[in-house]
Amino acid sequence: MKRLDLAPVAAGLVILLVWEGLTRLLQVPSVVLPPPSAVAEALLARGGILLPAAGVTLGLAMTALALSIMIGTLVALIFARIPWLERGLGPYALVLQATPIVAIAPLVIIWSGIENPRRAILILAVIVAVFPVLTSALAGLKAVDPGLDRVFRLHRASSLQRFIRLELPTAAPFLLAGVKTAAGLSLVGVVVAEFVAGTGATGGLSWRLVEAGNRLETATMFAALFLLALMGLALHAVLTWIERRIRA
Amino acid sequence: MKADRPIRLAASQACVRFGALDALGPIDLTVRAGECVVLLGPSGCGKSTLLAALAGLQNVASGSVEAAMSEGAPVPGMVFQEPNLMNWATAGDNVALPLALAGIDRAEQMRRAEAALARVGLDDFAKAYPRTLSGGMRMRVALARALINDPAALLLDEPFAAIDELGRRALDDLVLKAKETQDLAVLFVTHSVDEAVYLADRILVLSPRPGRIMAEIAVPAIARDRDFLTSPDFAQAAAAARRVLSDHRGPV
Repeated sequence: MKRLDLAPVAAGLVILLVWEGLTRLLQVPSVVLPPPSAVAEALLARGGILLPAAGVTLGLAMTALALSIMIGTLVALIFARIPWLERGLGPYALVLQATPIVAIAPLVIIWSGIENPRRAILILAVIVAVFPVLTSALAGLKAVDPGLDRVFRLHRASSLQRFIRLELPTAAPFLLAGVKTAAGLSLVGVVVAEFVAGTGATGGLSWRLVEAGNRLETATMFAALFLLALMGLALHAVLTWIERRIRA
Repeated sequence: MKADRPIRLAASQACVRFGALDALGPIDLTVRAGECVVLLGPSGCGKSTLLAALAGLQNVASGSVEAAMSEGAPVPGMVFQEPNLMNWATAGDNVALPLALAGIDRAEQMRRAEAALARVGLDDFAKAYPRTLSGGMRMRVALARALINDPAALLLDEPFAAIDELGRRALDDLVLKAKETQDLAVLFVTHSVDEAVYLADRILVLSPRPGRIMAEIAVPAIARDRDFLTSPDFAQAAAAARRVLSDHRGPV
């Protein structure tokens, strides 16, 4: 077990102290930049609202990630088996990937029905998160060692045996790297989609962020941001842990 | 003297073409049980192609190739230039691969994998991962995998070229031992004249592409030990092989 590096913790504490000191010293209005102590207060006072909202956002992000993994891997498998399909559809996938999600969001919201914000948010988050899964899975499936492939052909392995014993283990580390990227993106996708949907119907964290902004409750906005960052970090930590377990 | 033994590998007027390119042949060749035939020839003459054809990995354009089956092995054992191991699997699982693909149950796989590893001097390495093994040990694993299902024939495609001299001699000895104990027909491709003479009952020298057999050199059937390497028999066979090779040197 690696020893915990204390440097980031120390740096964080110093930043917080400087932040707190400067806002007090310069008497910065709390509505522009609240001191960390005010953010902590807001976190405690509004925790009853913010935490469930964070739970909703995290739940949506996890669902979007799961869907992205399933869809991305499935499409990668189809592309790997049918190369002309990849050649034909690849450029259009790139177009979709390159289009800012904010620009597509209103369309998706209309198509999935105003009364279905949850569905719209999931679709948008999947559009953002599916591509790293797809490209990494595809790269992994193509990374099969030609020498090992000959061994499998020599022993007349069936395509199912080849898939389970050769392609899948080869692709796994690639896929995991893609999933790691996709996890962060699915969270971003959900937050952006919640913003654009502009409705509190799903009760996610970014709606609370917009709400607090409208009320000029800057400290609450920071508290929400803090929770978002925390979720992102936690996701990253969990996936890194899984990656280590698999590599070991 | 081995003419009464059954033929395990055979090529008859076999030709291989890659598109418009004549890669090999026509070639006639037989390898009998308990016999080691070494193919010696310049790069690109089609030695590896001939092995691939005998293994069923390469179609012949004309003529025919045949490899005998054994009870447990529908295809010959084969060792390639690289060990070609699954990095994510233990040495035991790597060795057991042919059995796993044939649907043999796992307990039996592991039992036989451990025995096969012991035969190549890797007792107690069944649970080791390839990345923890040296180059020579990885080749031993590859050899154990090729022999685990008791094939009738063993094909080796310049397998030990990247191994140091002493390690290579040890691996050569393992091949000779397997030939004797498992009554294998061995077809071995190498660039090294010394290795060819050490291993072979017969050496076949191939011409530059398209590879044809230019000469057959018989090596006396005396014990392959340290004395053999310094014996006149060894020197004579090696000189004969070198002469044929340099007489027919193709464009470099």
